[in-house]
Amino acid sequence: MSTVDAVNPGRRHFLTLTATVVGGVGAAFVAVPFLKSWSPSERAKAAGAPVEADFSKLEEGALMTVEWRGKPVWLLKRSQKMLADLPGLKSQLLDPDSNEASQQPKYAQNADRSIKPDVLVLVGICTHLGCAPTFRPDAAPADLGPEWKGGFFCPCHGSRFDLAGRVYKGVPAPKNLEVPSYRYLSESRVLIGVDPEAA
Amino acid sequence: MANTQGTIGLLGWIDDRFPLTKMMREHLSEYYAPKNFNFWYFFGSLAILVLVNQILTGIWLTMNYKPAAADAFASVEYIMRDVDWGWLLRYMHSTGASAFFIVIYLHMFRAMIYGSYKKPRELIWLFGVVIFLCLMAEAFMGYLLPWGQMSFWGAQVIINLFSAIPVIGPDLSVWIRGDYVISDVTLNRFFSLHVIAVPLVLLGLVVAHIIALHEVGSNNPDGVEIKKVKGKDGKPLDGIPFHPYYTVKDLLGTMVFLIFFALIIFFMPEMGGYFLEHPNFDPADPMKTPLHIAPVWYFTPFYAILRAVPSFAGTQIWGVLAMGGAIVMLFFLPWLDRSPVKSIRYRGWAFKLVLAAFVISFLILGYLGALPTTPERTALAQICSFIYFGFFFALPILPAIEKTKPVPERVTK
Repeated sequence: MSTVDAVNPGRRHFLTLTATVVGGVGAAFVAVPFLKSWSPSERAKAAGAPVEADFSKLEEGALMTVEWRGKPVWLLKRSQKMLADLPGLKSQLLDPDSNEASQQPKYAQNADRSIKPDVLVLVGICTHLGCAPTFRPDAAPADLGPEWKGGFFCPCHGSRFDLAGRVYKGVPAPKNLEVPSYRYLSESRVLIGVDPEAA
Repeated sequence: MANTQGTIGLLGWIDDRFPLTKMMREHLSEYYAPKNFNFWYFFGSLAILVLVNQILTGIWLTMNYKPAAADAFASVEYIMRDVDWGWLLRYMHSTGASAFFIVIYLHMFRAMIYGSYKKPRELIWLFGVVIFLCLMAEAFMGYLLPWGQMSFWGAQVIINLFSAIPVIGPDLSVWIRGDYVISDVTLNRFFSLHVIAVPLVLLGLVVAHIIALHEVGSNNPDGVEIKKVKGKDGKPLDGIPFHPYYTVKDLLGTMVFLIFFALIIFFMPEMGGYFLEHPNFDPADPMKTPLHIAPVWYFTPFYAILRAVPSFAGTQIWGVLAMGGAIVMLFFLPWLDRSPVKSIRYRGWAFKLVLAAFVISFLILGYLGALPTTPERTALAQICSFIYFGFFFALPILPAIEKTKPVPERVTK
């Protein structure tokens, strides 16, 4: 028979260790609801529905903005001159051929990054840190230099994009502006947020 | 019957049950601080004063502020126009935020010139840098609450910094926002963090900062340890009780500080757009970025470092790392500075030179971070970022070339 006050250090150490491990596992499980509650709620997820944009009144060379998932989406009606300038910029661009697959759907991975060349659809959020770039169609303005052929300029950190949303070299933004998924509903209406129906 | 503290009556009754007199003595009337504290030693107590100001005015502001995207901007205007004295409480809080950073930057500079972060005070410095980080988080989240244009777009830019982290970045920034864009959800949670979570941590850290300080004792402009030379009574010969000597001195500092604080609150609460930025008087509009986004002045040096680093290999993570690194470097300061001499008074020209370069580059970065970028400014910001980091890398090699002066045994006048 063992005495009452004899200490078994091995058993005490084992019990301390197991209690710590079990308690730690419990604490980790309890942390889950606290951490997961920060994820977007069901309501926030549901708010991502597609939106329709009617650009019938949009003049050539003009830009309109619609809101989709809380972000600005631009529709730019490009002129022939604007489209003609695009190929000449290639050497100044970081990803002129839109090889970065995450920045546009397959059907917009072409020379002018659109389904129909005259209408450009872009998410108006700079790929650097999420500012909304400004539309600068003016050629060779004082602040952007004589080489400027029109495009988008981000006032936050000076990133530059051409009129297909392709990023210039040597600016903070690492990627071209994102082309959202969209489909034509008619000649002058698009639905933003869904792919075209399979032809 | 007297207890161990020798107190009787009500105080004696309390002291038998709670170490009130013991604590007062340990931290005030029998805490011996070096007798040669100068101007630079005002800023610790001033930081506590500003903290109290922020907590008090903050509690009062929450009584009328509404943390919802639809109401926030209007509720701040309501506080400014309709609530009795609401404008004063709000300006005390917004000016207090800037005052906090002025005081803290000067407090940190003091530690750098007198080597207050060196052994045995490394932990005081580490607690301090974490306090500085908490303060930045507090200021950043607080700035979203008025839900103005700069609130919105400033938060947009900073939260998007996290999406630059490879693999987990995009999900992480969604998790922080609780939405795919900055929204009502983000505002509501920032409110919660700003008014309770971070202040709780901050208070705990301030207590730890002071306990660590009182454990090892204060440094001083000569950088000598006053505990080395003690009188027969066991008290440092160059020490004087914190109370009443330094409580009275700090009271003077408080008065002078409050004069300037009141002048700003009453005559220039926006400080020409530096304390409260002009675009923040427009309600947040997720569709339209202000033409020029700049953080509030106390973040501009770090923002300038962020902008100075170009994207490379298809990611802008480098700028984010540089900005984070600019703060992380501070943690290593006690171990990077290997000179046995603490105070700048007895250090050689080499240290004075690198410290001056560091301070000047920090100020220039702060100036550049508030301006729109041009190629020339970016180049200057790159040079200054280089100097900023160069300071930390120069410190370990300084002792090899630096000729220090002999440090006296006792503090000087």
